[in-house]
Amino acid sequence: MTEFFGAAAVFVLAMVALGLVRILRGPTDADRVMAAQLLGTGGIAALLLVGEATAEPAIADVALTLALLAAFAAIAFVKAAAPTPDADPAAEDRA
Amino acid sequence: MRTALDLFTIVAVTGGAFFFLAGTAGLLRFPDTFTRLHALTKADNLGLGLVILGLLPRVDSLVTAGKLVVVWLLVLLSGAVASQLIARAQRRRETHP
Repeated sequence: MTEFFGAAAVFVLAMVALGLVRILRGPTDADRVMAAQLLGTGGIAALLLVGEATAEPAIADVALTLALLAAFAAIAFVKAAAPTPDADPAAEDRA
Repeated sequence: MRTALDLFTIVAVTGGAFFFLAGTAGLLRFPDTFTRLHALTKADNLGLGLVILGLLPRVDSLVTAGKLVVVWLLVLLSGAVASQLIARAQRRRETHP
């Protein structure tokens, strides 16, 4: 089974790396941040598979941390991409 | 029993890997940002979900199993929130350039 998990981890990483082509091509920033998000999820899956292949349970903790951090990249993008506060309808609702 | 569980693991992890393949194909091939977002969330939710489902029968302690499930739930939550936010930011940018 070790070989299977190793092969699955390599496959997932290869797919994610292929997805990074979207960062080069764009065309919008939203597409780029989506490729980065896929990298986060694929990284978690590959870490868990490697952890199973090497029988190293601590890698699950690394995956847990990555899962927590992966959300912040997308939220930071949305904050940066948001127009000025007075043009934001949600902000008007809150006011 | 062992063989059946191993078979289940192989099927689930292979299914998860397939959804990562599908997610990448969609991210590269779909025509606009919103359809690409749709493809991405399939890889996020189902791909990682099936990989974790496949790993669950192989963990030895309940704590580790819970940790794996928490990883998946975190990704589900952050994926759902992030895809909504990304789609909204993109739509606003298209309507008010």
